Amino acid sequence: MKITLDADKCCAAGQCVLIAPEVFDQRDEDGVVVLLDAEPPADQHDAVREAAAICPAAVIEVQA
Amino acid sequence: MTLSTAPAPLPAEPPSGCPFDPPAEYGVLRTTRPISKVGLPDGSWAWLVTRYADIRAVLGDLRFSSDTTVHGYPRSGMTGGGSTQNRGFIRMDPPEHTRLRRMVTREFMVKRVEALRPEIQRLTDELCDAMERAEGREEGGVDLVEALALPVPSLVISLLLGVPYGDHEIFQRLTGTLLSRTVTDDEREAARSELRDYLDRLVTAKEADPGDDILGRLIVEQQRTGEITHDEVAAFAALLLIAGHETTANMIGLSALTLMRDPETAERLRQDPALIRGAVEELLRFHSIIRNGPRRVATEDVEIDGHLIRAGEGVVVAVPSGNRDETVFPAPDRLDIARPNAQHHVAFGYGIHQCLGQALARVELQVVLGTLLRRFPAMRPAVPVEEIPFRTDMSIYGCHALPVTW
Repeated sequence: MKITLDADKCCAAGQCVLIAPEVFDQRDEDGVVVLLDAEPPADQHDAVREAAAICPAAVIEVQA
Repeated sequence: MTLSTAPAPLPAEPPSGCPFDPPAEYGVLRTTRPISKVGLPDGSWAWLVTRYADIRAVLGDLRFSSDTTVHGYPRSGMTGGGSTQNRGFIRMDPPEHTRLRRMVTREFMVKRVEALRPEIQRLTDELCDAMERAEGREEGGVDLVEALALPVPSLVISLLLGVPYGDHEIFQRLTGTLLSRTVTDDEREAARSELRDYLDRLVTAKEADPGDDILGRLIVEQQRTGEITHDEVAAFAALLLIAGHETTANMIGLSALTLMRDPETAERLRQDPALIRGAVEELLRFHSIIRNGPRRVATEDVEIDGHLIRAGEGVVVAVPSGNRDETVFPAPDRLDIARPNAQHHVAFGYGIHQCLGQALARVELQVVLGTLLRRFPAMRPAVPVEEIPFRTDMSIYGCHALPVTW
């Protein structure tokens, strides 16, 4: 799995951090998403896909 | 005849005897006319969008504008009034929306809100202590709305903003008018103007003595550097106060009542407090308290699931309908705290305007509901449910009052 972000679109809702805290964080100055692990291990894949599905600004893109 | 073809107004009444269900009209609309015309108080109309997928499509598409000054925006009867002046970033589009929203996003990010959890717990415990001491629980009951549901979010947002809590009665009165569906547009505008005058004075006072709070930081970091004006600081204050006041309060009241009427679920949550997070998501989906929008206007012709919405036409999104869409949430009228996709709800909206304070709302709900279950296991309504005044007259659904005993 490879994750890419279009952080310019991020509205800092924070749902990805609640769902997959080992993969996503928010930067201190404005809450915009930060990627902690662009190629997370398999046990994170479901959570990452869920975060991508829920992200209100469609910021998270997941490749297989 | 003209009257017979005028679109019906937004449905507001729950089905008889089912105060927790959205108006039955939505179920019919979802299957027969998922995008249909809705009549607005001034005689105009907008498109009412009722299916989950269509709601996400509209709210996620920047061709639908949130700017209340754009021609065709459905302002009549909208939450908070249709004011176009000093309107706050919720009623703007990018890039201005993005610039302003990002000035406050860090205040509500997950780790900041998690750090507030002990303080929210402390406030909740104090209010529960006071409730235990309250007289009148035997005769008529204690009003849970007044004793707990309103004060928790009110205290928290006042603390975060740096607004004197002693002024909360002013906000509650004005917010009540701004969110009422039964007042006229003129009355709502008068309340908006009174709130504006109050916040103008408040921001002036804070300019002289900015504190370590959201308004203080906006003044020091954004206003003094010329990024925003005095009026824009006041607009932030208005938006965050209104958004932070009654939304969480009504979710607390409705959710507490739901759990009192569902002892099996309440017991599961008492046995396994880790279930509270999922329960809060399901309660957000189930209650969908936002009953009057969000609204948009199309800035160009857009097709949504084969339905053409023309440039300049308004759209009203039916959040309670989307959250009970049976194609996304099986057995949608059932409260299931273990529902695997509950968090896919659109109770906080969707798209770039999705609720800024959602992490805070979640923590407040988790703390308050968890505490009530633990400390008041025998709590029950002090009156028959038919006598509880539900807020069918307001943009935010809930209970006007909730007498309880234990």
